[in-house]
Amino acid sequence: MTEYILRFLIGGAVVSLFAVLAEMLRPKSFAGLFSAAPSIALATIGITIARHGVSYAAIESRSMIFGAVGFFVYATACSWLLMRKRVRALTATAALLPVWLGVSFGLLWAWSLQR
Amino acid sequence: MMVQCKFSAIKGILPHEWITRFVFGGAVCVFAGLMSKWFGAEIGGLFLAFPAIFPAGACLVEAHERRHKARAGFDGTQRGHIVAGIDAAGAAMGCVGLAGFALICRVCLPHMSALAVFALATPAWFVLSMGVWWLRKSRVFRRRRKRGSSTHAFRPS
Repeated sequence: MTEYILRFLIGGAVVSLFAVLAEMLRPKSFAGLFSAAPSIALATIGITIARHGVSYAAIESRSMIFGAVGFFVYATACSWLLMRKRVRALTATAALLPVWLGVSFGLLWAWSLQR
Repeated sequence: MMVQCKFSAIKGILPHEWITRFVFGGAVCVFAGLMSKWFGAEIGGLFLAFPAIFPAGACLVEAHERRHKARAGFDGTQRGHIVAGIDAAGAAMGCVGLAGFALICRVCLPHMSALAVFALATPAWFVLSMGVWWLRKSRVFRRRRKRGSSTHAFRPS
């Protein structure tokens, strides 16, 4: 239980820090870089290493690469939808979350097939 | 283009927006941990690159632009969509850095201390992201954009 409380507190603080940085910076395309900051990884990899060891964290990091590719496709699709179709940000970001899931899990599945 | 840092922007963040970001960020970190516990490191690792700040950030950016324009007596709905779209394009560029961060962690974690890996991977994330952003803003790409569509997803702000 303590691990999850720690994850919540550290994660909340790190994510808020990057969000505030994004809020302060101009132009907005530059501030957007901080929306893809490794905030969850920075907040949790240390806890993972302490609890499960380095090799477990290394496996998580490999999967994180696939997650980052999924995030790239998701953010590009969101940008296209927001700028071309002028839909609300909440609608675009929520409706396209399956894109992140699909690409990330698809790449992980393709990787596991190759081994 | 010069990058500016407006400290006064912090004053514009409402209390519920601080709480939303903190709770959402914390919840995603707990969720990532639970996924790792239930389904193993491979699936749990995917959630280390979950878009944690981005959806909340894009919605808040849109709301801020709308409020800003409304104060001047204009309807900022369209402007809000465009600024959120630019923010999303920036996030897509940041994903290159995020993948670089993950790659460095994957390669270096078994051989170096966690602190040393973070000290290497975090600047690498920043340099890679900034590099992609700078390339996108550079003249080479601007010339290419002129030949193509004027409403490209990565149109500069």
